[in-house]
Amino acid sequence: MLLGQDHITEEGEFVINMGPQHPATHGVLHLKIGLDGETIKKIEPHLGYIHRSIEKMCEQLSYRQFIFTTSRMDYLSAHINNQACVLAVEKALQVEATPRAKAIRVLMAELTRLASHQLWWACMGLDLGAVTPFFYAFREREAINTIIEETCGTRLTQNYMVPGGVMMDIHPNFQKRVKEVLKQIKEKAHEYDELLTGNVIFQQRLKGVGYLSKEDAVSYGCSGPTARASGVSCDVRKLFPYDGYEQLKFDEILNTEGDSWARYLVRLGEMKQSISIIEQLIDNIPEGDFQAKTKNVIKLPKGDFYQRVETARGELGVYIVSDGGATPYRCKFRSPNFSNLSAIPKMAEGAKIGDLVAIMATVDLVIPDIDR
Amino acid sequence: MFLKEYFGTIFNSVKSLLTGMKLTGYYFTHLKEIVTEEYPDNRATLKMAERFRGEVTMPHNENNEHRCTGCQSCELACPNGSIKIITKQEIQADGKKKKRIDTWVYHLDMCTLCNLCVIACPSEAIVMGQNFEHSVYDKKQLKKILNKTGSKLMEGVEE
Repeated sequence: MLLGQDHITEEGEFVINMGPQHPATHGVLHLKIGLDGETIKKIEPHLGYIHRSIEKMCEQLSYRQFIFTTSRMDYLSAHINNQACVLAVEKALQVEATPRAKAIRVLMAELTRLASHQLWWACMGLDLGAVTPFFYAFREREAINTIIEETCGTRLTQNYMVPGGVMMDIHPNFQKRVKEVLKQIKEKAHEYDELLTGNVIFQQRLKGVGYLSKEDAVSYGCSGPTARASGVSCDVRKLFPYDGYEQLKFDEILNTEGDSWARYLVRLGEMKQSISIIEQLIDNIPEGDFQAKTKNVIKLPKGDFYQRVETARGELGVYIVSDGGATPYRCKFRSPNFSNLSAIPKMAEGAKIGDLVAIMATVDLVIPDIDR
Repeated sequence: MFLKEYFGTIFNSVKSLLTGMKLTGYYFTHLKEIVTEEYPDNRATLKMAERFRGEVTMPHNENNEHRCTGCQSCELACPNGSIKIITKQEIQADGKKKKRIDTWVYHLDMCTLCNLCVIACPSEAIVMGQNFEHSVYDKKQLKKILNKTGSKLMEGVEE
């Protein structure tokens, strides 16, 4: 859409386009911003630049094959996306994963969440003009990715989950390596605070900026850390536990401030919770099979099935309509980033244009997840 | 009182910046803590994880024999259609006709390295290779034929 062609422009309003090729949008997001001087009046997100019709593609793929496409949605929490699909299929088949598979899944999901939040922290600094933190966070993220690579064979788009369990057993070194990384992360945690959290420039760019009230968070359908920073209790792991989360002890990090700083603190707190979950499980992985027996060609019974999981960014829902065949009749993914993006115009209303980048950084958008 | 607050803020701000500078300074002077790898200069020592998924390969033994029976399980399991197996009827030594693979076509350009073909294979004929440097100038070079010329089925696989 060209400038000034649709309803956004008014008399005396200045319109600029941010993206779709802007480094601070983390991808091909296009924001059309209506400005009054330096103050943001309205924002219109334009989507579709990375639409790959994943939902439609899933209709041609079998229930073993469609899992891998979801790694390409929110690629930073690929494991958790795969887990959502697998759980939906298991729910329909009324098959339960083996205890060992469940433990491995949770461990992998939490490692992914940790790595994802670390990348967010890295990009957070980068968006606000601090290049150095990026490399510090990537040091730990790299270590986590190496563990995932050792067990799954790939670093980012793992496709490690299969209906009934996981694809392969964990690597013999897995437990040792995870403990090493957790030790490293704990030892280096103070560096994160020294570099960014304590930095006065960083704090002043976040505090009191991008306020989202609890009511707005609910009405825009926000989820994940974005909603929890506004005081909405929405952790799917707590409210609708899956894969044995009900047996684990962890806190839901809540903050009532609702500004960018609150979102920053919630994510930092979640990293600590993820570490605590991994520590509870790493020595208690049950023995046994890593995969429950399923048929070679999976056919789901007629009906519709919904499963939600908590990704690093919020609630991901997988909705499968089956007509009894070997492929889904319809597949719908409720992605967290789409809803979180819709709240950005509200958060940025009245803020300065420079703060918009900070607001977007704290919401932690992954663009392929918005378009699917 | 106002002055005290004013200078206090300045002092704390400068202190917070210096804390960060101290940390970066530490790593600047401690070269041993650098973790970056210098790819591609370290190609000789670079070792990928043993389960690393680089490309689909078909191992052959020293007699130029592979384990692929041509059952096409991998072709069915592949979500992208990157595998195409062309079979032929081969007359055996005892005069019977049997199905054997003619060409095992692998389109690396379409492959997402999801590992589904490797798990689907009942005779462990294909494995994931370690090579990951696939850049070429022409897309046609990414179409590979995995079975070597003149290769045969390994004995005892089919039973």
